[in-house]
Amino acid sequence: MLTADPPAAARYRALRQEVRAGHAERARETLRKMSAEIRLKIVEMIAGARMGHLGGDLSVTDILVTLYGGVLDLDPERPEAPGRDRLILSKGHSAAALYATLARCGYFPGAELGTFLAPLSPLGGHPDRRKVPGVESNTGPLGHGLPVGVGCALAARLRGAPWRTFVVLGDGELQEGSNWEAAMAAGHHRLTSLTAVVDRNRLQQGARTEETNALEPLAAKWEAFGWEVRRADGHDHAALLGAFAPAAAGRPVVVLADTVKGKGLSFAEDRAEWHHKVPDAGQVALARAELKEATR
Amino acid sequence: MNGPTLHDCRQVFAEELAALAREDPRVVAVCNDSVGSGNLTAFREEFPDRLINVGIAEQNMVGVGAGLANGGMVPFVSGAGPFLTGRALEQIKADVAYSRRKVVLCGHSPGLAYGQLGPTHHSVEDLSWLRAVADLTVVVPTDREQTRAAVRWAYAAEGPSYLRIPRFTVPDVVPAGSPFAPGAALTLREGVDLTILAIGSLVPRALAAAGELAAEGISARVLNTPFVHPLDEAAVLRAAAETGALVVAEEATLSGGLGAAVAALTGQRHPVPLRLLGVSGFAPTGDPAFLLDHFGLGVEDVKRAAREVLAMAAARTPAPAV
Repeated sequence: MLTADPPAAARYRALRQEVRAGHAERARETLRKMSAEIRLKIVEMIAGARMGHLGGDLSVTDILVTLYGGVLDLDPERPEAPGRDRLILSKGHSAAALYATLARCGYFPGAELGTFLAPLSPLGGHPDRRKVPGVESNTGPLGHGLPVGVGCALAARLRGAPWRTFVVLGDGELQEGSNWEAAMAAGHHRLTSLTAVVDRNRLQQGARTEETNALEPLAAKWEAFGWEVRRADGHDHAALLGAFAPAAAGRPVVVLADTVKGKGLSFAEDRAEWHHKVPDAGQVALARAELKEATR
Repeated sequence: MNGPTLHDCRQVFAEELAALAREDPRVVAVCNDSVGSGNLTAFREEFPDRLINVGIAEQNMVGVGAGLANGGMVPFVSGAGPFLTGRALEQIKADVAYSRRKVVLCGHSPGLAYGQLGPTHHSVEDLSWLRAVADLTVVVPTDREQTRAAVRWAYAAEGPSYLRIPRFTVPDVVPAGSPFAPGAALTLREGVDLTILAIGSLVPRALAAAGELAAEGISARVLNTPFVHPLDEAAVLRAAAETGALVVAEEATLSGGLGAAVAALTGQRHPVPLRLLGVSGFAPTGDPAFLLDHFGLGVEDVKRAAREVLAMAAARTPAPAV
């Protein structure tokens, strides 16, 4: 089991305080820079391991950064604190994005990211809560996160506890029926503490979702299941912060976050083959240049 | 015929669960519409907020159980065995066992209990499937005593477990206060010529067979291993060494249940003549008692298997010098 990196945790607390201080422009700038840092880490991890799911990591980055940077009540030095907010990454193949974010928050030392996918590394291809603090549930097979999130939200209600539960879903994984079992239950129980976030990058492994097994009309589907539907630009931190506000309609909230697979890398954006393609040396150099530019 | 009184164990399961819920506010029941068949009606009346009926949605049911455990509750996730295990197998593997969430999975009406409803409703594969899942304890209580003990044990255990809650009616056969833990196999009858290992509905049949074999001059030990996984390997190896022949009887598929576990263990560590009695193939139409006999799980079948392993053991032993 990895252990916390207290200095990194302190830096994270300072960042979160700044984001929450109420100065919208400064919050957006802070989160934008954090996203660029994390994207660079992801590229380095995947290039180093010669393996990974780059496209989906980059589409979900701003969602994770906004949640950890500005929304979730968490203490990386007490990852099992009973009253913590829960974030379940249902699209477990975006593990690299989660690891880079957790390391930035101080759940474990950033140097560990260099072991991504190496033999015996705690940082495997899908997150394992036995090894990585901050991971709430071991995901990988799709369609698993939302039912677990429903359970977390029911537990909060039974205990009279105020924690919030967020489940980050891929859009392609909404083709799994288990999501809709859970969506129905959350709507039935009016689980207002539960927020689902759909990383709507419109691509699945080999093709567009709409060509494979169409999800649209997606907002109408969630509404029909009893959810409050919000739509946001999934790469606009300020818009995401707004969308992650607590439920306003007495129903669970789903944020349909419009994203771009491979976001931030000119050569990878919105291209299906970058679902799990590995950048070569030239592409890594280009990525560094593009992302360095974004951190300014 | 006036035999011993037979009991369905669902009632004691429900009573014990309600007792735990009175003691510990973290205890919740999660079910898939099976409030009635899981005998949870009284639980719902007493703890309306703590019976979560997710409807007919087993994958969600098991995931919800894992989430409740994440949130500090102690969920007993209860559904008909075939649907709980077959439909939600990946949730059991990933959300519960691999995520190390303490969820108590309670499979009702297991084995051939649904009789005439047919193979879609039989749960004879559960032991094979779940024994293959790492870090999940698989428990098959036999009677009311062991059903109570199983619920208590699972509640106190550190990790997740699967309890096969009996429905096929059985007499009380396990002495009150018997130890109930992994590594505590129970010798229900002493014997020296062979050992019959039995679980669940086959325990009373194994005991009856041993009684009748005694009249033939055969001394059969009856060993009960309610913990199918992890198996009490020491007790099984001791039985192999001390009695020299084994019969395993269970209401489950032969491909991966207790029999397969015993065969893998003794085959590698202490080979002895062995017969496995269990279910193979999909069942025809019939009530549970008929189906047990159909699959060769009757008292006569157990006796025949005992004679066979004894003959095999005798053939292996060099004839004593005259």
